[in-house]
Amino acid sequence: MKAILTLDNLASGLVTTIWTPVFVAIFLAIIAYAFWPRNKAAFDEAAHLPLREE
Amino acid sequence: MSQPSISKSMTIGESGLAALFAVTAFLCVIAAAKALDAPFAFHAALSAAASLAAVFCIVNRYYDRPAALPPAEINGRPNYNMGPIKFSSFMAMFWGIAGFLVGLIIASQLAWPALNFDLPWTTFGRLRPLHTSAVIFAFGGNVLLATSFYVVQKSCRVRLAGDLAPWFVVVGYNFFILVAGTGYLLGVTQSKEYAEPEWYADLWLTIVWVTYLLVFLTTIIKRKEPHIFVANWFYLAFIVTIAVLHLGNNPALPVSVFGSKSYIAWGGIQDAMFQWWYGHNAVGFFLTAGFLAIMYYFIPKRAERPIYSYRLSIIHFWALIFLYIWAGPHHLHYTALPDWTQTLGMTFSIMLWMPSWGGMINGLMTLSGAWDKLRTDPVLRMLVVSVAFYGMSTFEGPMMSIKVVNSLSHYTDWTIGHVHSGALGWVGFVSFGALYCLVPWAWNRKQLYSLKLVNWHFWIATLGIVLYISAMWVSGILQGLMWRAYTSLGFLEYSFIETVEAMHPFYVIRAAGGALFLIGALIMAYNLWMTVRVGEAEEVQMPVALQPAE
Repeated sequence: MKAILTLDNLASGLVTTIWTPVFVAIFLAIIAYAFWPRNKAAFDEAAHLPLREE
Repeated sequence: MSQPSISKSMTIGESGLAALFAVTAFLCVIAAAKALDAPFAFHAALSAAASLAAVFCIVNRYYDRPAALPPAEINGRPNYNMGPIKFSSFMAMFWGIAGFLVGLIIASQLAWPALNFDLPWTTFGRLRPLHTSAVIFAFGGNVLLATSFYVVQKSCRVRLAGDLAPWFVVVGYNFFILVAGTGYLLGVTQSKEYAEPEWYADLWLTIVWVTYLLVFLTTIIKRKEPHIFVANWFYLAFIVTIAVLHLGNNPALPVSVFGSKSYIAWGGIQDAMFQWWYGHNAVGFFLTAGFLAIMYYFIPKRAERPIYSYRLSIIHFWALIFLYIWAGPHHLHYTALPDWTQTLGMTFSIMLWMPSWGGMINGLMTLSGAWDKLRTDPVLRMLVVSVAFYGMSTFEGPMMSIKVVNSLSHYTDWTIGHVHSGALGWVGFVSFGALYCLVPWAWNRKQLYSLKLVNWHFWIATLGIVLYISAMWVSGILQGLMWRAYTSLGFLEYSFIETVEAMHPFYVIRAAGGALFLIGALIMAYNLWMTVRVGEAEEVQMPVALQPAE
């Protein structure tokens, strides 16, 4: 296959490259969510969830 | 849930499933008649019999049950569905003993080859997949089914979704195991490690697994607890990923719809890469994510301590998800797989060390303030030692994925030792610990029949593991060094048979370790049996049960 810059090549190149920054961004967002100060109370409560019987 | 009504009638699920199984029985009889090979005819006949049995069970259950289906709640409390959990717990113990026994047999065959009796059905090549499937998918799978159905109900505070569906999942899964296992003995295999079952067994597993996903998801959707507990995240990752892996690795074209043989869609290195993408993520999502879910519910519960860091559980969960899927190529070091792919696999394997140890630290530190319980509670000790083994084997794994280390360890018994420190130490012990907790809970017993027997089980099995893994380490490194030893003239120093001879004592020690592990499991089975049979019933937890909770 010849390396010609077509719309198809550009699109597939973009799709195969873009996921790296996208996944990194998602993971960073997850870390932010985990450490967000306002979520602390909810997480502390969730840590006790198995101990709270019905 | 339908409202209690005076007139009793079959639900759509009952009549539909009974009709579907009746048609299946008919089709299987035709398949048996037109079968091209004997094992296929046997499996078709087995499926026809099982379908008829399913029709009978569904109709029989309908006649036996009251007009109304079991209520979701009794007196404002969830009416938990324990039936399928009890079934899976029982099957886990049964398959566990079967799998450990077959493991002991093949370990003995390696030490004393005459033990294969020169019969095709008992050769190492057929018994080995029987052992791996029995311990991983049959024992481990039933433990995961039982605990996931228990944990999702308790942590969502809601009755398991579906009426027949959970039963379809647990019984259907065990039927898959039966077809797969008997197939191996009869020589039916598609020769993909940990994915040996042929196309028809794969199709059946797909149906069962999708139902499992639906039951699990629906239970989460109708939860009463606003937060989705972290164990459920791990279970969900396990169920979803296994579905993806199973579909990804098994596209095959049967030679005939009336025969057992099929050909895989792609060949060569593409097939090898797919196979180890599957194989390694079966380790990552079946043997790791699923059992980490067990850790996150059963250790806090048993230690009566909250999870050490819920934040860490979120981060290491997502880190595992993002990284594990790339580690497969380390199974194909120094093969035709492109070099960059091998290096990629190695790099991701090393990175996996961090999330793995995140889980280990979280499990161990959950005991903060309760370490003294390790002295008095052998069940908790079993759970905690399993996490220690998890930490050990997830350190060893990344180390072995480094290409220079792998050049020594690959194809040697070191790999077997590594796998078993994870399988016996981590998966085995965490499963034993979970079953020791789960059986009294599910059967509503005050406590186990004997903690003393748990203690015996713990020490006998631990000794067995130590013998097993240390023998395999020595044997593996010896084997690797002998293979690469050159004389001063540049010839290989040892012939292959000399390396085999050198490993004999270690094979005997390994078999002894396996025997101890099996003895431990037999003690456990007796203990659990007695817990159910003679254990004292827990004092009324549910106020005036209007209906049996099954």
